[in-house]
Amino acid sequence: MIMKINNLNYIYNPNTPFEKKALDNINLEINEGEFIGLIGHTGSGKSTLVQHLNGLIKPSSGAIIIDGVNITDKDVNLKEIRQKVGLVFQYPEHQLFEETIYKDIAFGPKNLGLSDDEVDKRVKESMELVGLDFEALKDRSPFELSGGQKRRVAIAGVIAMKPKILVLDEPTAGLDPHGRDEILGEIQKLYDKEGITIILVSHSMEDIAKLVQRILVMHRGKLEMDGKPREIFKKVDELENLGLGVPQITKFMKIFKEKGNHVNDDILTVHEAKEEILKFLRRKKDA
Amino acid sequence: MLKDITIGQYFPGDTIIHRLDPRIKIIIISLFIASLFFVNSFIPYIFIVAFILLTVKISGVPLKFILKGIKPLLFIILITFSINIFMTKGEVLYELGPLTVTKEGIYLATFMALRLIFLITGTSLLTLTTSPIALTDGIEKLLSPFKRIGLPAHELAMMMTIALRFIPTLLEETDKIMKAQMARGADFESGNILSRAKNLVPLLVPLFINAFRRADELATAMEARCYRGGDNRTRLNELKLKKLDIVSLISMTIFFGLIISTRYI
Amino acid sequence: MSDIMIKADNVTYEYKSLIDDNIHQAVKEISLEVKKGEFLVILGHNGSGKSTLAKLMNGLIMPTNGNVYVAGMDTQDEKNIWNIREKAGMVFQNPDNQIVATIVEEDVAFGPENLGIDPKEIRARVDKALEVVEMTEYKKHAPHLLSGGQKQRVGIAGILAMNPDCIILDEPTAMLDPIGRIEVMNTIKKLNKNENKTIILITHYMDEAVEADRILVMEQGQIVMEGCPRNIFKQVDKIKELGLDVPQVTELVYELRKAGINLKDDIISIEELVELL
Repeated sequence: MIMKINNLNYIYNPNTPFEKKALDNINLEINEGEFIGLIGHTGSGKSTLVQHLNGLIKPSSGAIIIDGVNITDKDVNLKEIRQKVGLVFQYPEHQLFEETIYKDIAFGPKNLGLSDDEVDKRVKESMELVGLDFEALKDRSPFELSGGQKRRVAIAGVIAMKPKILVLDEPTAGLDPHGRDEILGEIQKLYDKEGITIILVSHSMEDIAKLVQRILVMHRGKLEMDGKPREIFKKVDELENLGLGVPQITKFMKIFKEKGNHVNDDILTVHEAKEEILKFLRRKKDA
Repeated sequence: MLKDITIGQYFPGDTIIHRLDPRIKIIIISLFIASLFFVNSFIPYIFIVAFILLTVKISGVPLKFILKGIKPLLFIILITFSINIFMTKGEVLYELGPLTVTKEGIYLATFMALRLIFLITGTSLLTLTTSPIALTDGIEKLLSPFKRIGLPAHELAMMMTIALRFIPTLLEETDKIMKAQMARGADFESGNILSRAKNLVPLLVPLFINAFRRADELATAMEARCYRGGDNRTRLNELKLKKLDIVSLISMTIFFGLIISTRYI
Repeated sequence: MSDIMIKADNVTYEYKSLIDDNIHQAVKEISLEVKKGEFLVILGHNGSGKSTLAKLMNGLIMPTNGNVYVAGMDTQDEKNIWNIREKAGMVFQNPDNQIVATIVEEDVAFGPENLGIDPKEIRARVDKALEVVEMTEYKKHAPHLLSGGQKQRVGIAGILAMNPDCIILDEPTAMLDPIGRIEVMNTIKKLNKNENKTIILITHYMDEAVEADRILVMEQGQIVMEGCPRNIFKQVDKIKELGLDVPQVTELVYELRKAGINLKDDIISIEELVELL
């Protein structure tokens, strides 16, 4: 187990009229190598939870144990925690600041106090992982790049810290479908290659369905659901009550089944739907 | 810390003080400030305190709220107090090494500290009871006679409005960038002054770049909404003087006139 | 009165790149007409020239070659420029960066104030605009405390208060969450259906594009596809090649047809596909 959260609570503006419970008794265990999707509408507590994971926010009560270390302890080494849990914020390209792409990606590793050789190696590796050409781009200014490329530089900056857990907060927000597919493809590749634990926060149920093995659903600061995508996306009505949806294709299969057609409705992708419908049509023909 | 500063904050309400024309309020506060600098004895301070307490009472702003506004500026008040108490020559009461406390010093230090406190409470009363928009409108209108000598009254007011509009946005952004850099191991909290200043680069560079990007987009959006400077512009809420405004202006002018005149009695 | 709202006649827009000093053509020899009351969607990936085209449509930038006409007025004629921007209002991507004032209703009033309209009339327009976008109860609020979808609706109200015939929206939902996107899309549809506004919506969300009367797809500054949503989306291969998406049900039909199932090919919604199968 790489992460364990016990009875985590967080209250904004405690003891004032604006008091608000942002996290309400969260209990959670995450195993090494899991690919997790975290969903919930704006204000559900996702971002607050995510910022607890590397000590950016201190909980009001409860414990977060990462790789055996309780990060809520007073004398915990925060740098070490932030190396272990890499956090990519929304629109991360808005945090680029160095003159060259190399320097920007090297910022994290340098803060860890690594040797120049090690920093160099890490910058190279992480650029490769996100699909950026090291030789061609390392001395260019990050501000000359296109939006999608800037975002990859920013993600590389976090990957270069070699985190054991990588948290990405809506990494595809504002990108066009092509840019979105590229970034998601790279995240998948990173997962396959490095085997790290990934937590992906997203509003796109289609993306979640395509990538993750386990889904966490948050609502009003509570962890409402926790399960495999197939189980979670079966609960169309419950999800819609929480202001969330399911992939269009999943919804189609459910409606199609409700019309009295005998099909399996735990479908996540177009490909699965195609197989299922083909089977259905064949059965109908044979009958 | 930033949250504690009440100067510039608005305390919504619907009292006579809130409804008073912002131009009148600005003029009255200017008279108030002027009288503070003319007063040279403690007796007129009684009237000033009475004025402040009465205004606070009518405005419905909790007194505690206003006193909280003094807290961040306590440091400046203390410095003023200690400079005056130690630097004034006269009848020596105590000696602390090279420092001497004189009777005149105590008198002057108290007087100056009170003046500062009144100054802060008075101006925060203005901003607490006047919405930023009304305030900028008031300033624009009051300055407009000076347009003829080239003072860009409308532009100044527009700049103030935009600044007020974007302060919360930029504060939020600062927080976000800071956290993002901390996630990459940046340290904003330890080290000496020099290294701390250097550590701010990863915060300030993106903040500036984003602010310029916002400015550029805002300018385009304003152009698309037909903004072309202050000429021929109308306003949703035009300022109109009511009877209450005139009455307040005249009575307050007399009141502060009398306070100022105490200096010459 | 002609029924053409916006007309572009062989329009090219060139700019000098800040990076390599080369001249780029963001828009190449585009001709198009937008009818009054039409709901037009412009699709295209980032950098395809769609935002540039939008800015050409209300005189924020001038064509290098060719002409753009808004309600018959040439955007290059300087004396028309304010009339053009009054007729064709524009809403941008980032809701934060188009709100000027610190109170919602003051911001909505900003446009009409610039037009020098009488305060009583401004009041009426502001109230009406906020009602249309369903933000009346927030009129005294500070904009920075609103959600993204609410901010964007305030932005739309600000344009609406100028009484335009046409509203151009440049990726208005790109930065919003799903709830905000639905709010804004509902507002846009309402403007088109109930308020008879011509809508030009730039987006890369396919579920938004299916609502349009007509879709233009842009690539490298040119219009490469044009037609009603059904006819556009059934060309699944071509759309994907252009770096865009099709609705999942459309893709399913396409896949089934490839597997030899004989189906109608122009399906864009769940209900249609359920009926069909």
